[in-house]
Amino acid sequence: MPKVLVFIDNPGQVLKKSSLELLTIARSLGEPAVAFNGELHDDVARSLGEYGAQALYRPSADDLDDYLVGPKASYLAAAVQTSGATVVLAENSAEGKEIAARLGIKLGAGVITDVVGVEPDGTAHKSVLAGSYTSTAKATTPVAVLTVKPNSITPEPAVTGTAPATTTIEVPETATAASARITARNDKPASGRPDLTEARIVVAGGRGVDGDFGPLEELADVLGAAVGASRAATDAGWIGHDAQVGQTGKTVSPQLFISAGISGAIQQKAGMQTAKVIVAVNKDAESPVFEIADFGIVGDLFKVLPQATEEIKKRRG
Amino acid sequence: MEETLKIIVLVKHVPDAQFDRHLTGEGHTTDRSESILSELDEYALEAALQLIEARGGEAAGNKVIALSMGPAGAVNAVKKSLQIGATEGVHLSDDALAGSDAAATSLALAAAIRHLGAETPADLILTGMASTDGETSLVPAQLAERLGLPQVTFAASLELDGGKLTARRDGDSHSDTIEAPLPAVVSVTDQINDPRYPNFKGIMAAKKKTITTLSLADIGVDASQVGRAGSWTAVETAEARPPRTAGTIITDEGDAGIQLVEFLAAQKLL
Repeated sequence: MPKVLVFIDNPGQVLKKSSLELLTIARSLGEPAVAFNGELHDDVARSLGEYGAQALYRPSADDLDDYLVGPKASYLAAAVQTSGATVVLAENSAEGKEIAARLGIKLGAGVITDVVGVEPDGTAHKSVLAGSYTSTAKATTPVAVLTVKPNSITPEPAVTGTAPATTTIEVPETATAASARITARNDKPASGRPDLTEARIVVAGGRGVDGDFGPLEELADVLGAAVGASRAATDAGWIGHDAQVGQTGKTVSPQLFISAGISGAIQQKAGMQTAKVIVAVNKDAESPVFEIADFGIVGDLFKVLPQATEEIKKRRG
Repeated sequence: MEETLKIIVLVKHVPDAQFDRHLTGEGHTTDRSESILSELDEYALEAALQLIEARGGEAAGNKVIALSMGPAGAVNAVKKSLQIGATEGVHLSDDALAGSDAAATSLALAAAIRHLGAETPADLILTGMASTDGETSLVPAQLAERLGLPQVTFAASLELDGGKLTARRDGDSHSDTIEAPLPAVVSVTDQINDPRYPNFKGIMAAKKKTITTLSLADIGVDASQVGRAGSWTAVETAEARPPRTAGTIITDEGDAGIQLVEFLAAQKLL
């Protein structure tokens, strides 16, 4: 059975859903092992066993987080060699893709990003050109490196759990030599909302919000949603740039995307057209967003959204 | 103050994202008939120009080389870069490059960068935060790995001081300060600056600037190392996603918020 190595960078106190998805995909391809970086909490070790991990690997160095990408790729390359893995799965975040990129060169392995599904023969399904095409691709090399988008599959624990042992992987001393180092870190205040690219529901606002994201945030909070924005709204400084959805921002693929005061120009559609259900609220009946909305409301978002928020609260008593 | 700077900016000729884009042909490659200089590369070019202008510009011996790899049309991305202010242009073009994946692209670009740095190596290789077409964002990292250089991606600010660079990188939960030794591969975000437009003077000056065309033979790369033959991944199928169709559109008559909730409940989304 092929060995599949899942990379989990800083698993934290509880494994993220996206990590559980990677483990579930790994089991469908072969025998899963996990290379992690950072601390391994007991609860996480237990989850890794429940999801069928046969072996765990940790780096000999504890300062990989002080550097960007390069040293983590060196560690993973060594872990792939020790484990004999022929498939590596990593998350599709910006850093995940870059680690995969450098790892691919180190191993002479084909890298496929933005994967939404993997067949047992290694064929990867992905969405390209901002979701306007779906394609299949395959690595033509002995080892394949795939980065998988969150919400691609439903995580399922293994039928038989495991109690995997941990092996320490020597990170070459030269790994940090020509590397970019993080010299200071400023944490941003946490919003308490889910991560935009992983959220089940996204409420996004554009020019029509006119500086006031309040009604969107209130609706997002009753729905447990993340808040997104068009470039017009982020450029105006009404909300942080990390909230931008679209061609030059993030691509989201939630169960539900509620668009408020966004016209739906092609660059905006690029970031959200693979959402399962799209709801649009806009004053202008001619907005292109109504061409792709499953449910569209021509109306004032400052009336419609608060009314919806109140109605949801009322129904939930 | 350091000595003169030599910066290579990677520029790409991409389909205009304002129009519908298509994949064509056997290799499912991007149709480039309606192409422009990638908007995101303009930020990299602007960052390069600001760095050399702060050091006396071209007159003081500083260089900004715009390098583009691609078919004949890609020379337009180089020309536009020269009009904006790049001091030299280089077009890496060879029929054998068609269909290269990120690994093969980074191999060719790394060879071109080594070739351009044969006498004086570049201090900095700058790129945009992504291409607006391929979207894999793999090339800067793979290029850095092939050149054995540090990479700093998504820089929202960039300063050079002596032999090192300092950049700010904004993430979702934190903002980091990064330091790296030069030379380095750096990708910049669309937050780093406001790119200038080419003016009449720039357009006239560009006509006198040199564009060097390089073939694979010039940079010592064999045709088998690039293109589909040299790629480590193959696109097997590509299908246009069926267009979404409009659903129910209502005009608010005072109860649209309630109707919205009823729709969500019917879809089991509450």
